[in-house]
Amino acid sequence: MSELVKNVTAALTARFDGCTVSEFRGEARVRVPRHHLLPVLQFLQQEQGFDLLVDITCVDYLVYRDATDRFGLVYLLCHTESSQRVTIRVTLNEPDLHVPSATPLWEAANWLEREVYDMFGIEFTGHPDLRRILLPPEFAAFPLRKDYPLQGRGERHNFVPLARDAS
Amino acid sequence: MALEVPENVLVTKLDALASWCRKNSLWPMPFATACCGIELMATGASRHDLARFGAEAMRFSPRQSDLMIVAGRVVMKMLPVLQRIWQQMGEPKWCMSMGACASTGGVFDTYAVVQGIDRFLPVDMYVPGCPPRPEQLLQAVIDLQDKIQREGTVSGREFERREPVRALLQLPILGQTPEMRARR
Amino acid sequence: MATASQQDYLWTLNFGPQHPATHTTLRILLTLDGERVVDAVPDIGYLHSGFEKIGEHLDYNQYVTVTDRMNYISPMANNVAWHHAVEKLLGIELTPRCQYLRVIIAELARISDHLLCVGAMGLDVGAFTFFLYGFYERERIYDIFEALCGARFTNSYTRVGGVMHDITPGTVEKIRDFLARFPATLEDMERLLTRNRIFVDRTQGVGVLTREEAINRGASGPVARASGVTRDLRKDEPYLAYRDFDFQVCCSRAGDCYARYLVRIHEMRESLRIVHQALENLPAGPVNVGIDRRVNLPDKSRVYQTIEGTITHFELVMSNRGFTVPCEEAYGAVEAPNGELGFYVVGDGSNVAYRARCRPPSFVHFALFPHLIRGHTLSDVVAVLGSLNIIAAELDR
Repeated sequence: MSELVKNVTAALTARFDGCTVSEFRGEARVRVPRHHLLPVLQFLQQEQGFDLLVDITCVDYLVYRDATDRFGLVYLLCHTESSQRVTIRVTLNEPDLHVPSATPLWEAANWLEREVYDMFGIEFTGHPDLRRILLPPEFAAFPLRKDYPLQGRGERHNFVPLARDAS
Repeated sequence: MALEVPENVLVTKLDALASWCRKNSLWPMPFATACCGIELMATGASRHDLARFGAEAMRFSPRQSDLMIVAGRVVMKMLPVLQRIWQQMGEPKWCMSMGACASTGGVFDTYAVVQGIDRFLPVDMYVPGCPPRPEQLLQAVIDLQDKIQREGTVSGREFERREPVRALLQLPILGQTPEMRARR
Repeated sequence: MATASQQDYLWTLNFGPQHPATHTTLRILLTLDGERVVDAVPDIGYLHSGFEKIGEHLDYNQYVTVTDRMNYISPMANNVAWHHAVEKLLGIELTPRCQYLRVIIAELARISDHLLCVGAMGLDVGAFTFFLYGFYERERIYDIFEALCGARFTNSYTRVGGVMHDITPGTVEKIRDFLARFPATLEDMERLLTRNRIFVDRTQGVGVLTREEAINRGASGPVARASGVTRDLRKDEPYLAYRDFDFQVCCSRAGDCYARYLVRIHEMRESLRIVHQALENLPAGPVNVGIDRRVNLPDKSRVYQTIEGTITHFELVMSNRGFTVPCEEAYGAVEAPNGELGFYVVGDGSNVAYRARCRPPSFVHFALFPHLIRGHTLSDVVAVLGSLNIIAAELDR
């Protein structure tokens, strides 16, 4: 962890209660309570210069060893001036799968959040256009959840065949 | 039969002549979705040169073409589009399934990928490989030409068995949800 | 949009999903005022094949075959990106020779990607010869890859902790030959297009992206660099052996389609320099990490003649063993031809990733499209699409 990231995480834990910092292979990860998520992102973007939102993704910990929470949202941020990175993590549990949307801060969050919604069914409150993005709108399941099978539930073959010698 | 024929006159059957014309002027419609599409482009580009087999006139409009090359995996969102394009092509038409994904789903045995377009479309020629080399695609074009020469008739009897536009009514229209259909 | 739908002189055009100029399968609903684009609503997912779901069912070495099919115009770059992330999770330090080899293949992949991108962009705005020139050079890069690993297209060359085979002298000669001949073709290509009046008129000032917008909207790679963001992971977070090479990061301030074209052309030159340096200074030694690390299958001679070799081989092959993976999460990113290509890998102790998230540059770049095209004409749609280099398999995964 570099000096810059150390200072930032120290400032973060001092300002917001309930944040825990961990490190793996030199990269800082901060676990943030959900009600602090938007303020933390805003603090990092506007006061600490983490101006690039690299990615938003989600992990379903349904069958993960020793996991206590169902979903983990991951925000990857980058400080473009110095190329330092920090990871923000939020955990969510059913049935309350709502998080505030990051679209007021970053335009880039728009499609990334739509993809998380499409694949995991997590709803971002305040998102301008939360629709399915990759799957057809009539698709009912959330395929990247661990309780959805790899081969699906038969959706892929639910079409009318065209025969050459149809009767 | 003793008949005097000048040297520059050929005698043939009309059927064979029609098939010969058809097979040497295939106009492909490249339905290129994924990786195989790049190999399809490579086949058309300078080194492999599909023009040697009379099939270089790629037309992206289904109305103008008579060989649909489905290159790449077809997923459930794409399949209605594929069927619609197939129906818009005029007879005589042929379909070639290029690559493992279009033929069987390939490595993508997942919730979204159709496991072989032949479940929903008539396919005349399969090209194995992931993706097939351009040489393989050329061979498939040659084989298809043989098939056209063997089976073609000028009366088009071989196409009579195909049901024409009936299924147009059954297919979903792009972007239309089931509720919108029901309202009609 | 509520007011736009009331204005009845606006008309809607459905662009795609099967359209010659998209090159891939994507669909855009354009709202037009005459020929001017008022709004564009992209509709994607026409090639969504569940890559990330497969990643949860194939082990770390098998999944490399699927990454080939992700950005299919530069498969080698994806291979490098995937195993870069996996090795970060596993904490593996590669041998110097392997690092150099990976740099060489990644840079060749960058050249082949940029060739197709600028070629297709030229094709869309009417320059067919330019495209053929580019494609012929791509065929020669394919030849190199074929000599290197047996497949011309879907290479799957990297492995955890190493590569499939070491490079042979014949392949080195092929690369040298390519390095010697390619600059002349690149000159020819530039002469055809860079100062071509039609091309410049159609691309300059079209689809302008400012620096602030580029950062706020998450752009990376050539798209961001054309807008003045001096960010290149090869320089900023040097991975592999990029620290050893002398090369420049190509940037522009204009942020339009022409700038993106120029950045790509210049990056090809820099890539040639990197390949040249890497090839001439290629270190000797093994390509795979040592036998004590237990991630690579050892040589057959070691398997047959030493007890460590036999044990390592069996440990790796047996389905209930394999290598030791921490129960941790890591994000590793490389500078792919299209931008920052990263993988977020979650390990759960087994050989198979618990979650294999891909951060696709095309996805983030395509989200820019409505913003770039608003106010331009219908004919600019293809120029902007070509300059963003959208690859559907990476867009939809």
